[in-house]
Amino acid sequence: MMDGIFLQQMVNGLTLGSVYGLIAIGYTMVYGIIGMINFAHGDVYMISAYLAAIGLAVMSYFGVESFPFLMLGTLAFTIVVTGVYGFVIERVAYKPLRNSTRLAPLISAIGISLILQNYAQIAQGPNQQGVPTLLSGGWRFDIGTGFVQITYTKMFILVAAFLGMGVLTYIIKYTKLGRMCRATQQDRKMASILGINTDRVISYVFIIGAAMAALAGVLITVNYGTFDFYAGFIIGIKAFTAAVLGGIGSLPGAMLGGLILGVAESQFSGLINSDYKDVFSFALLVLILIFRPQGLLGRPLVAKV
Amino acid sequence: MSAAPIKPIDIKQSVIDAVIAGLLALIVFGPIVGVVLQGYDFNLQPTRVAWLVGAVVVGRFLISLFMQTPTGVRMSQGMERGGSGVHVLAPGHKSALRWVIPLVIVLALVFPVLANKYILTIVILGLIYVLLGLGLNIVVGLAGLLDLGYVAFYAIGAYGLALGYQYLGLGFWSALPLSAIAAALAGCILGFPVLRMHGDYLAIVTLGFGEIIRLVLNNWLSFTGGPNGVAVPAPTFMGLEFGRKAKEGGIPIHEFLHIDYNPDLKFVFIYAVLFLVVIGVLYIKHRLTRMPIGRAWEALREDEIACRAMGLNHVLVKLSAFTLGASTAGLAGVFFASYQGFINPTSFTFFESALILAIVVLGGMGSTVGVVIAAFVLTVAPELLRSFAEYRVLLFGMLMVLMMIWKPRGLIRISRTGVVPRKGVAP
Repeated sequence: MMDGIFLQQMVNGLTLGSVYGLIAIGYTMVYGIIGMINFAHGDVYMISAYLAAIGLAVMSYFGVESFPFLMLGTLAFTIVVTGVYGFVIERVAYKPLRNSTRLAPLISAIGISLILQNYAQIAQGPNQQGVPTLLSGGWRFDIGTGFVQITYTKMFILVAAFLGMGVLTYIIKYTKLGRMCRATQQDRKMASILGINTDRVISYVFIIGAAMAALAGVLITVNYGTFDFYAGFIIGIKAFTAAVLGGIGSLPGAMLGGLILGVAESQFSGLINSDYKDVFSFALLVLILIFRPQGLLGRPLVAKV
Repeated sequence: MSAAPIKPIDIKQSVIDAVIAGLLALIVFGPIVGVVLQGYDFNLQPTRVAWLVGAVVVGRFLISLFMQTPTGVRMSQGMERGGSGVHVLAPGHKSALRWVIPLVIVLALVFPVLANKYILTIVILGLIYVLLGLGLNIVVGLAGLLDLGYVAFYAIGAYGLALGYQYLGLGFWSALPLSAIAAALAGCILGFPVLRMHGDYLAIVTLGFGEIIRLVLNNWLSFTGGPNGVAVPAPTFMGLEFGRKAKEGGIPIHEFLHIDYNPDLKFVFIYAVLFLVVIGVLYIKHRLTRMPIGRAWEALREDEIACRAMGLNHVLVKLSAFTLGASTAGLAGVFFASYQGFINPTSFTFFESALILAIVVLGGMGSTVGVVIAAFVLTVAPELLRSFAEYRVLLFGMLMVLMMIWKPRGLIRISRTGVVPRKGVAP
């Protein structure tokens, strides 16, 4: 019985963790490139959840029934629109503050976070929204006295999340855009001397981060079915925890951190107490920051004068 | 600075800017504002989108035109400069506060006689936020530590009174110092390991801490009552009670004074004590900023590396600011709890932290007068603008973003009177 629960929570944790990893990418890339915690990122994810539901509703209204078409259409729509959100937010709220005091962008980001929450609440109403189950069924494995169930939706999430991460890793490692990103991350001033339009690179990073959050938004919406305008807050902090756990600024770290956090949280809620699972995640965040602020794969921060 | 060459206004550029902004606005607002979900169904609201997009196009066009005028050019240049932290006044400058402060004190003494209960409660709330703003101002404004979980210390203060009464029989007067000490201790325990590390991480750790406190208060049903909250005892004054009938074996104050029972007396009492505490905190803060510790806070905010090179113990300096801020929040929590007579975790959400932060940001980081004014504006304004209650958070958010772009140091800059060097001393 114990084994069944453990393995089941493992599966749940990996699914959840892969989504945390996707959102954590947005935090870690932005932090790596401009050294700022993009506090509004969780709410960008929340917006993408609304967009996903809207996309699904509109497409099924026009009679699209097959799951692959629904998913592809929704993904394309959500990623594009959320990417524009990322771009606009950066332009309006962060770019004018590039040379301002250290706290200014962070406070501005909190402002954007409040704006997005209230905006979604006013535009779509304060009630919980939901989508029906699109992909039912799954595999069931009997283990001893218990069993493990892997639904097709969970499988789809894992595959899509890893595909997304793989594409991103390819972009960062092997394309010109990726090289520009890495150069800007290492030394922004030097990169701009060498002819890289760093403002544009920063915009791209925000768009990529938002796109990854959009992928996460679609996947979570398909899996859990419900969300509200406040959904971005908690998941945003958890994704940030994942980013810090893996080492902020490190791309593989974000994915690893997401998976570890997802599994740890699921095991905690399955084996110990599900009321305190958020407390557990936040306590983990506090402890990591105190004892190993550079994370698992990150380098120690050195202050430059 | 030489006069900037005046270029002719390029209307074509402004039109292009406006069209691009309009297209982006259409993509951003189109789906979320235009398609309202209803279950798995939806209805279309194209007029709302049209209004929003129209506003963005017109706004962007006007801003683009304005930025090409000489005034606009000057403004955008002024924005880019961060400016120094403190504005130094000429030596011997006499502040207008010399006569403003006595005036405010006299007004505050007369006020409870004239006001009705509704206005009195609003002013009490305003004063509680003044206290919170002052506390956070020490942490964020003076020491430059961004604390996003400030509401946790507020909650510790409020629950300190409520649970202290329930389990230990503490009253208002004993809870007042004890809650402040408890909040300060919590700040110390949280701050000591955290303050050693990189500044931005502090924001997230405090945010996590704030949520932990709220979630524990919400989930620990047997101890805190969970979402149902806890009742808070009414305050007493030298054994006199403010209820109609004495509960604790004391004497109701209206019988003691031989006047008719007046339920507002409780609020007058809270107002009086709160006002004294606020004046006390203002005075302490005023003195602290002139002491070495206050100077150290500000120096650390401006340049941490330089301070450490000068031999300042940055952890202790930060910890003192963090602890002082936390204890002020604890005090405010006690007042809030006795003012409400009942508390539950919904009063201590992240939004509350953001509101207090908005007070500090709007008032001017480090500026005391600014914080007092901002606290009243942000607590009284929602009462006046009841019809905009829905948009309150939206307005706060916009205010925070615009303030950061326009005046990142706040509306009122910190100013300080300069000193003339004595004769015979090298400058």
